[in-house]
Amino acid sequence: MAAKSNSLWKYTLIRLRRNYLAIFGFVVLLILIFVAIFAEQVAPFGYAEQDYMMIRKPPSEAHLLGTDEFGRDILSRLIFGSRVSLQVGLVAVSISLFAGGAIGAIAGYYGGRIDNILMRIMDVQLAIPTILLAIVISAALGPGLFNLMVAVGITSIPRFARLMRASVLSIKGMEFIEAARAMGASHTRIILMYILPNCMAPLIVQSTLSVANAILFAATLSFLGLGIQPPFPEWGGMLSAARPYLRNSAYMSIFPGLAIMITILALNFLGDGLRDALDPKQKR
Amino acid sequence: MADKSATPLLDIRNLSVQFNTDSGVVHAVNNLNLSLQKGKALGFVGETGAGKTTTALAVLHLIQSPPGKITSGEILFDGQDILKMTESERQDIRGDKIAMIFQDPMTSLNPIMTVEEQIVEMISLHSDMKGETALKRAHDMLNLVGIRPERGKEFPHQFSGGMRQRVGIAIALACRPSLLIADEPTTALDVTIQAQVIDLIKSLQEKVNTSLLLITHDLGIVAEICDDVAIMYAGHLVEYSDIRQLYGHPMHPYTQGLFNAVPNLNSEPGGRLAVIQGLMPDPTDLPKGCSFSPRCPYAKEICHEKPCGMVEYAPNHFVDCYFPLGVKGGQNHE
Amino acid sequence: MNDRTQATDALLDIRGLKKYFKVSRGLLHAVDNVSLTIPRGRTLGLVGESGCGKSTLGRVVIGLIEATAGEVFFNGKDVLKFTSQERSEFRKHAQIVFQDPFSSLNPRMSVYQLIAEPLLINKVYSSNQQVSEKVKELMDTVGLAERLITSFPHELDGGRRQRIGVARALALNPEFIVLDEPVSALDVCIQAQVLNLLADLKEQRGYTYLFISHNLSVVRYVSDEVAVMYLGQVVERASNRILFEDPLHPYTQALLSAVPVVDLDNRRERIILEGDVPSPINPAPGCRFAPRCRYRQEICLNQDPVHREITPGHFVSCHFAGALRDSRAR
Repeated sequence: MAAKSNSLWKYTLIRLRRNYLAIFGFVVLLILIFVAIFAEQVAPFGYAEQDYMMIRKPPSEAHLLGTDEFGRDILSRLIFGSRVSLQVGLVAVSISLFAGGAIGAIAGYYGGRIDNILMRIMDVQLAIPTILLAIVISAALGPGLFNLMVAVGITSIPRFARLMRASVLSIKGMEFIEAARAMGASHTRIILMYILPNCMAPLIVQSTLSVANAILFAATLSFLGLGIQPPFPEWGGMLSAARPYLRNSAYMSIFPGLAIMITILALNFLGDGLRDALDPKQKR
Repeated sequence: MADKSATPLLDIRNLSVQFNTDSGVVHAVNNLNLSLQKGKALGFVGETGAGKTTTALAVLHLIQSPPGKITSGEILFDGQDILKMTESERQDIRGDKIAMIFQDPMTSLNPIMTVEEQIVEMISLHSDMKGETALKRAHDMLNLVGIRPERGKEFPHQFSGGMRQRVGIAIALACRPSLLIADEPTTALDVTIQAQVIDLIKSLQEKVNTSLLLITHDLGIVAEICDDVAIMYAGHLVEYSDIRQLYGHPMHPYTQGLFNAVPNLNSEPGGRLAVIQGLMPDPTDLPKGCSFSPRCPYAKEICHEKPCGMVEYAPNHFVDCYFPLGVKGGQNHE
Repeated sequence: MNDRTQATDALLDIRGLKKYFKVSRGLLHAVDNVSLTIPRGRTLGLVGESGCGKSTLGRVVIGLIEATAGEVFFNGKDVLKFTSQERSEFRKHAQIVFQDPFSSLNPRMSVYQLIAEPLLINKVYSSNQQVSEKVKELMDTVGLAERLITSFPHELDGGRRQRIGVARALALNPEFIVLDEPVSALDVCIQAQVLNLLADLKEQRGYTYLFISHNLSVVRYVSDEVAVMYLGQVVERASNRILFEDPLHPYTQALLSAVPVVDLDNRRERIILEGDVPSPINPAPGCRFAPRCRYRQEICLNQDPVHREITPGHFVSCHFAGALRDSRAR
């Protein structure tokens, strides 16, 4: 037997590579990240650059996706908008993941009263419709990118908490945890080195799907006028602004809509692919 | 093999089964030749990974394909090749002519059906009995396995492990199959319960006149209820004979190793067990010659080169070895 | 051998140990008034079927579970009353090897990390170099090839995984090791290898073992003394030879007769026990084995039997102990 060892992650990668949809999702994500980082270089125009001669012009050679009601290039605005979408996605999910994960881990590990209290708080939050909650938080915090991210992040905390708690509960009963205690490991060490690494799989999958969700949320909130303020572009905001012109300049809605759709789809494919690849029950 | 005068009930010829996995092609069963006579009990012995369960599933044609595949061979049941039948013909046979008891009594029963419903299901699938008659037969089966018929209305989780296994036996025997395959039926049970279940299987085998293929790793259980025994290693059959002969004069070095490695209730405490070094070979990378040769203390050059094949070194005693123990002409004397 | 006094050669002295669990239906008597001693350097085999409490007993003794009542004297000091500091120290003297070689190892840790864990947790060494050397030394002791040091549990077979479990238990140089069904999940040939390893270690280093198993043949093989448990109580205890040749408790007799014997000429007549193992929840008074015992009398159902010494070193919990010799035993 070779000395080269394969941790469980390697097998995951092998399985993932075979899933074409997941690869598509991954590639789209990469393109998005690239475009978001290098927006200044990639975009043909600035996002606020107005050309009064080109108001609401359909797609042409000069403006590949047309212009909006202020003469701004839609393609460029979409490109800069990706920056917002990704930022919201990543930051919001990070908030949900760490806060929710911590709550779920503590509730699951310590059990008893702590578990009860924490989970009831989560239940209360779940009883409130998420969009309503996001609107309320967003309105309370005020406009701006950061507040948008926080609002979206908070709404997903219970989902992560529940997921983490379920994983922790199932791992907690395994013999290697007992073995660790028999060796004298502290609670912290057990949570960090024994429980968390073994709970990653469902959380990773949920994170990918949550990024998609967060982007959709951000778009919704911007559509409703909360969150990002003009002139900074955000896909949902662009959709909202295009509403009055739906009949004559449909392209103004279609392209932002497509951007949202493709991104969400790609992330979902990636998430599904990860879930399948991480499933230990698949025949190796 | 065995008694050539009568047609064997089950005749496996040259069976090979493969599985396609991420790590390569697993050769689970390799050129297996085995037969079982009517009314006899055959013990099918081997360690984990030897291919016993795969063989049993192949007989019932229950191997998941993909990733599994039967690459060669015939499985003749009462003269007919199971592998050549249509699926509906096989469904008729399963449960009716060939029945199986599984290892884990917890998961092999349907948790949402009562016990008698499960027996009735088996009966109604394969006969015209319906309603009251089927139920009566189900209660007869429960009686036969030592469970009060009133308990038929209970669910599996209300029974203990041993009782559940009895229910499994009742289901398996409900249609009086000619062949009963028991895959490690008592491994998950306590010793005293195991004794009850083994005795039950033995007495029922005689009462219902079923032939038995008992898959196990426990040589003690085989000694209790089997007439013949076949030893399996790395997908190959390495030794076959009747109980007396094989237990009295094991010829294959692996068989001998198995007997030596088992701590015996009657033996002296302390000391060391004679150990066969090493592990069973990687089923994706089987040795060129005899599959046991890398571990065999008596292996010679030819053993590493070419597999031997089953040879009848004594009447009805077949060994897959060039130099079986205790045989003159083979160079290994006990 | 008189082991009821607090003899200095008794490494472990368990007195009146009880462990009850509160369940919805009442009180589960997992371990009920067990008293045992294990002399230094000896192996006590603890035998019983599922639900008899032997695993719970092992875990209480090692400090993983808290006891409900009783005392466990290790080298004269009561383990159950240890402060966390004393408990830390205790861990260096007493360790445990678990049954399932797969679920008892963290799948995300390499062999190196798994064996190094006890050393790192207890800050035994100050430099990584020393830890690494100790890990390699332990791997060598248990027969694990050094090239496997970066492997993960799922890449190894059961026997190798169990060796990791043993290496890990040895890391802190304990004197006393609880072995909870250490070979039950292993194939016959691998089982033999691991049993030999355990025997070698005991001989070379003088370990004291509490060997828990349901497999009587294995227990016969490894133990100096054997205790049989049924429903949380010790029903019989004797030296290895005496228990297997002259069992006095009806349960022990039934247990021994139930073991399938490989020897075709030496068949025992089977004692078949009726019924199933009853529940350890809210047990009725009287002998716990009485409902299934073929010799039961009125007194058995009403009065708890006393754990008495029938012959020197041979203890039995039965009203008729001594009178019920199994005539068919060898």
